[in-house]
Amino acid sequence: MMKDYDAILSELCSVLQSFANENVETINEDTELVADLEIDSVKLLELLMEIEDRMDISIPLNVLPDVSTVKDLALALQKLSG
Amino acid sequence: MPIFHKFQSFAALREDLTQVETNPFNIIIEQVLSETEAIINGRRTILAGTNNYLGLTFDPRCIAAGRKALEEQGTGTTGSRMANGTYAGHLALEQEIADFFDSPTAIVFSTGYIANLAILSTIPGSKDVIMLDADSHASIYDGCRLGSAEVIRFRHNDPADLDKRLARLGDRAASVLIVVEGIYSMIGDQAPLQEIVAIKRKYDTYLMVDEAHSLGVLGEHGRGLAEQAGVEQEVDFIVGTFSKSLGSVGGFCVSRWPEIEHVRYAMRPYIFTASSSPSIIASTRVALGILREQGAELRRQLWENAHRLYLGLQTLGLVLGPETSPVVAVTLGKSKEHALKVWHELLDRGVYVNLVMPPATPTASCLLRCSLSAAHTPLQIDAIVDAFGVLRDELQDC
Repeated sequence: MMKDYDAILSELCSVLQSFANENVETINEDTELVADLEIDSVKLLELLMEIEDRMDISIPLNVLPDVSTVKDLALALQKLSG
Repeated sequence: MPIFHKFQSFAALREDLTQVETNPFNIIIEQVLSETEAIINGRRTILAGTNNYLGLTFDPRCIAAGRKALEEQGTGTTGSRMANGTYAGHLALEQEIADFFDSPTAIVFSTGYIANLAILSTIPGSKDVIMLDADSHASIYDGCRLGSAEVIRFRHNDPADLDKRLARLGDRAASVLIVVEGIYSMIGDQAPLQEIVAIKRKYDTYLMVDEAHSLGVLGEHGRGLAEQAGVEQEVDFIVGTFSKSLGSVGGFCVSRWPEIEHVRYAMRPYIFTASSSPSIIASTRVALGILREQGAELRRQLWENAHRLYLGLQTLGLVLGPETSPVVAVTLGKSKEHALKVWHELLDRGVYVNLVMPPATPTASCLLRCSLSAAHTPLQIDAIVDAFGVLRDELQDC
């Protein structure tokens, strides 16, 4: 069964907070992963591993080109967890 | 121009690098003196970052063969393998590689990069899954991007993580191609291949090993990690390069599956690339012969050098990779400016190593990556250690 989007978004924001630049105060659906959170490519791949462990899923690299915002990632995770 | 806007960060980095005396990513070898020395910035410099593991780039037999082919067959083939670019030498080299690996067939490519692009973009299809070690070389990632398979990473050298991810796939695990490297290029560690093969057996997957840095370096006959680990019969595809131990340029793939011959005509990076020039093929064939006949002695010299450098740098208290290897990487901190400064100071002391910065590094730290050759002398190794020793405090402060 597909997981609840809000629950995924909440969990995602909590993980993102620990990876984001310390100056970032709020993270929401519209936050840009690279531009707003200053997450570089090395950090992004670490972040994905962390999410994979927490949600017990594997995130194919193929989904990444379509991911720009937190919402994009949350929707991708919802699909993968279904 | 809007089309160039996305390169602003590169422009900033380039601007920074123009402020320094020598750009580490545009180093100019003014004159090559030998397998291990060159003139850089007008100074005699020990080359400790060339991947010239067996030191064959100046072997007179390789040079003579290359020169003869150049004179007899010309400077280039001016065509792709499937058009006018297959000469007798290409086929002879393929047969010799197949014989060396006791494999039914081999395919030769123009570079190792193209070999990975061709195999990974063509063999696994849209219903298949590539499961690659997270620290895989860019050519492996790029091959995956060019193809249509689903791509999943597992944690570097972590068979338990691979196992977990294969279990998640359920029945789809049978259509997985696992991809690992014999020796990882950045810090020189080896894949835990016996454990990975055990997992491959458990899920009945396919396995590819990139032996780019381990051909000629590992195994009783120099065939790489799969030979050393005693699992060659379990590996479905071995990819490698001629541009390291064999001292030329090019790539290859061998497989225990004869069907790979059908794939040859489906691989766009193979079909649409100019083939290797006759002189390259000729020198590679001779280098392969030397590897077969004298490889054991060259490997002994190479590993003696590796142990000497690893021990020397370890004694200085530097942070190194987890195991002795012909690739010895000194891990620095995250400051790119500091890493650049130390790299420059090594160069000023007549030692060239590779400066590697994120995102090319496995972590957020910078690396000073040394690679050794059988041709290095003990005195040269000691000079490399001495240069690091002078900078020890700076290296530890990075």
